[in-house]
Amino acid sequence: MKKVELIGISKSYDRQKDVISNIDVRIEPGEFFVLVGPSGCGKSTMLRMIAGLEEITGGTLKIGEQTANRLPPSRRDLSMVFQNYALYPHLSVEDNITFGLDVKKVPKAERKKRAQDTAEMLGLTDYMKRKPRELSGGQRQRVALARAIVSEAPICLMDEPLSNLDAKLRGHMRSEIRRIQRQLGITMIYVTHDQVEAMTMGDRIMILHEGKIQQIGSPIEIYNHPANPFVATFIGSPPMNLAQAEADPGTSSVILPGGEPIRLPEGAFEGIGKGPVTVGIRPEFLMPAQGTSEHPVFRAEVTNVEVLGHETVFSFLAGTEEWTAKWNGQWQIQPGDRIPIALDEESICLFDAKSGTLMKKPAARQLSVPAEGAAT
Amino acid sequence: MTMSVPKKITFYTMLTVSAVILFFPIVYAFMISFMTGPEILQGKFFPESFHLDNYIRVFDRLPLLNYLLNSFIVSAGVMLGQLVVCSLAAYAFVFIPFRGSNFVFFLFISTMMIPWEATMIPNFFIIQNLNWLNTYQGLTLPFFALAFGTFLLRQHFKTIPKELHEASQVAGLGPFRFFLKVVLPVSKTSLVTLGAYGFLTTWNMYLWPLLVTTNNSVRTVQIGLKQLQSQEVATDWGVVMAGVIVVIIPTLLLLFLGQKQLQKGLTQGALK
Ligand SMILES: Nc1ncnc2c1ncn2[C@@H]1O[C@H](COP(=O)(O)OP(=O)(O)O)[C@@H](O)[C@H]1O
Ligand SMILES: [Mg+2]
Repeated sequence: MKKVELIGISKSYDRQKDVISNIDVRIEPGEFFVLVGPSGCGKSTMLRMIAGLEEITGGTLKIGEQTANRLPPSRRDLSMVFQNYALYPHLSVEDNITFGLDVKKVPKAERKKRAQDTAEMLGLTDYMKRKPRELSGGQRQRVALARAIVSEAPICLMDEPLSNLDAKLRGHMRSEIRRIQRQLGITMIYVTHDQVEAMTMGDRIMILHEGKIQQIGSPIEIYNHPANPFVATFIGSPPMNLAQAEADPGTSSVILPGGEPIRLPEGAFEGIGKGPVTVGIRPEFLMPAQGTSEHPVFRAEVTNVEVLGHETVFSFLAGTEEWTAKWNGQWQIQPGDRIPIALDEESICLFDAKSGTLMKKPAARQLSVPAEGAAT
Repeated sequence: MTMSVPKKITFYTMLTVSAVILFFPIVYAFMISFMTGPEILQGKFFPESFHLDNYIRVFDRLPLLNYLLNSFIVSAGVMLGQLVVCSLAAYAFVFIPFRGSNFVFFLFISTMMIPWEATMIPNFFIIQNLNWLNTYQGLTLPFFALAFGTFLLRQHFKTIPKELHEASQVAGLGPFRFFLKVVLPVSKTSLVTLGAYGFLTTWNMYLWPLLVTTNNSVRTVQIGLKQLQSQEVATDWGVVMAGVIVVIIPTLLLLFLGQKQLQKGLTQGALK
């Protein structure tokens, strides 16, 4: 397995404006690395540069120990899965799978065996003689995966491979791809615009916005400590609630636009002066106020309610902003109600109002199951 | 498709009428090919008996088999040449980006507007100076570069998803192997269409073979037919028509076979 290293990579199509700028990242051997960002942020461009399908206009790309900027795609020792699968329509499933092996002059017997093994791994054995057009979307997707796996390349690139599947199949394929990647230990670079895919599949995630790195880290790290408001709203569903507020270290509180002051715990304002800040809080930390006086409670007018069975998501007006809260259970709330909402002040993050950098991290919320037999 | 009965009747009547009108000359030629001279002059439609005298005579009078073979070699040669040249040219226009590619392409297809007859004289001099009169290459080579064929194939190649090209690159296919193993098989329909077109137009060509053949060695069958007509003062139309029928048989065969292939290709459809 090989590492992939990007050093100051940038890309410009028109030699004027960079669509990708200054990407520095090291993808470790055997890692599942997810590149996520909104549409048009340059994810595909970056992946295609790693694949060698797009010229690199600045910086150095290293695959393994080798500088790969000028290597043709076939010499980079990688496989790729495309969004529309790119199956050869005139070849049977089996020939599609072995196509690359044929080119690499793998002996016929071995070719057959590898195709058979891969097909078994992906449950394709019954379809080997069919043409791609005789397969369902999910089956085509599997053939595309099989084609990547069978090459035994140490690096695999995938560009939104699941976006053409329906939700249920997508969930299934997510775990399947993850399982195969673990089993074979491939270095995976996976592009998606879907934050759920990123969160559930990645060992590490890189969030890209307008061609620039926003944050790199493990999914939980990014969820808990988003580097800036963009990441905070991109990762997590519903997104983190944000509001412009005024920090007042003197009274250890922030004042929301509505005039509501929230007292933060001791030490929250370390290194923060008086002035404007961006306040952020995740929807699950806006809780039902159930007679506890632990947390500050405020009343707000509900504007929209969605009851999802296991949880209730509703939005309300917090000053001038519309915020969202997520409560467990089925709550009987109507739009227009004024209800009390408790705010877990320890889970608030503060971002610099101008640069957007995270200044106060929310408190850690990791849970663990007590060890068996331990006294509770 | 569903249609109301009166509409259906109208359609079928119209189709039948046009089919009869279109097919009448061929049927009549077929009938004449069995008639004796007097019968033809009487203006009958059905011969008295179906005997093959005219067919025997046409093979006697002309080296018809020779001509047929020549025609076949020339038509097949032009067909293959066109397929090779046009598909390679179209490949370059679609898959190899180069500066001015569009300009060159439009220059290329603008030659479609120059009638073939206008370039015939210079072409003839070239062939003559190459000493290629009465040779197969003289008959075939000038037709290899076909702007229409390049256009047709380019349009089809452009529908091939670029991911297919990229997947092949990642798999390690060079440009030529990509052309052979992916582009050509995927474009089978257009290739068959172009092949049939090239074969038939060459088979029916008259003027160029007349110009560049001066003896029987490579002469094609269309010239042979003309020879039948003018060899005698009073043309024996029965014999001429027998020749005509022999000549159009390969054409019809190709059409029927090609049509089946075409239909198959068209219904296969492209994969998204
Ligand atoms: N071949 C190209 N020529 C010019 N601009 C391009 C080309 N491909 C992509 N772009 C531009 O580069 C930016 C990033 O595109 P892309 O990498 O496809 O985004 P993503 O995959 O994240 O949706 C977009 O603004 C797009 O318009
Ligand atoms: Mg993309």
